[in-house]
Amino acid sequence: MIELLSSPWPWYVSGPLIGLFVPTLLLLTGKRFGVSASLRHICAAAVPGEIEYFNYDWKGKGLWNLTMALGIFIGGIIAAQVLSGSESVAISNATVEDLTALGLTTFEGLVPVQLISWESLLSPAGFIVIVLGGFLIGFGARYAGGCTSGHAITGIANLELGSLVAVIGFFIGGLIITFFLYPFLL
Amino acid sequence: MTSDTHAGSLAQGSQEKGASENGSTAQGARRTGYIIYLLIGLVFGIVLVKSQAVSWFRIQEMFRFQSFHMYGIIGSAVAVAALSLFLIKKMKLTSASGEPLIIEPKEFEGGKSQMFGGIIFGAGWALLGACPGPIFALIGTGTLVLLVALLSAVTGAWMYGLMRPFLPQ
Repeated sequence: MIELLSSPWPWYVSGPLIGLFVPTLLLLTGKRFGVSASLRHICAAAVPGEIEYFNYDWKGKGLWNLTMALGIFIGGIIAAQVLSGSESVAISNATVEDLTALGLTTFEGLVPVQLISWESLLSPAGFIVIVLGGFLIGFGARYAGGCTSGHAITGIANLELGSLVAVIGFFIGGLIITFFLYPFLL
Repeated sequence: MTSDTHAGSLAQGSQEKGASENGSTAQGARRTGYIIYLLIGLVFGIVLVKSQAVSWFRIQEMFRFQSFHMYGIIGSAVAVAALSLFLIKKMKLTSASGEPLIIEPKEFEGGKSQMFGGIIFGAGWALLGACPGPIFALIGTGTLVLLVALLSAVTGAWMYGLMRPFLPQ
């Protein structure tokens, strides 16, 4: 069993499983599935200041979400320690070729150490990927009112027009970076 | 006012009220309540890692349209979630307190915030190769430099809160 679980899970297993979190959370707790609100709750708990957006009862509204985020972190530990979760990823040859042509040399692990590691953090490319990337994710997710889980999965499944607009936005932003910034970054 | 509307906040509120009225046993129930979120997150984290949706490589592959993998994951997740929500609505399931189990749609108001915010988020997603869920999961796998990305993401969320009155919504 552990052996079976330790090989990478194909999309037709992992995708439906991810989809089931929406009804599971709704049925058991009445909550809307989504992760990025946790970023807001952290702000509200740590440095709300005088900002209206962060002055609310974060424990009442957000503790469940922060607890779920903690669970995701623990799930990451289990996946890596017990289920060989940090093995290299078998991406398509076309992607390997494209990224090699751009100057990427490392393809081991879940993330490229050339860009995402403590050593890369102070290089221009690593700083842009980690620090600017993280910043845009937090800013954009809150501006859009959700991230991949809240909009692309829950919102679209709930037939929300706003979520469709958000996902179109995700791809516009992602494609601009992929095809217009990465050629200069790597 | 807030863009996060939780369908269950009403039901949750009455539950918590009941908890304080019933004293110690209800407090225990409240604690088990939070264990549910921990377990749901835990399983979600495992699925995120084992599906490789946490991998920067997979996200690059997706934005280059060179594999079906991420589209298969998101597409089948949406299909299963949509079908489940449809069935829950059809069966008219209600929460313990009798509220109908539906997901309250988020505010729309023309879609400007979703479009602008979406583009900014997408840019960050292509750079870091991880969205908020995978950030937490990757830290768990031992990619500890993602702690810096998490701090940046929190800073980004904070800056949004600060600039919110001046942004087109």
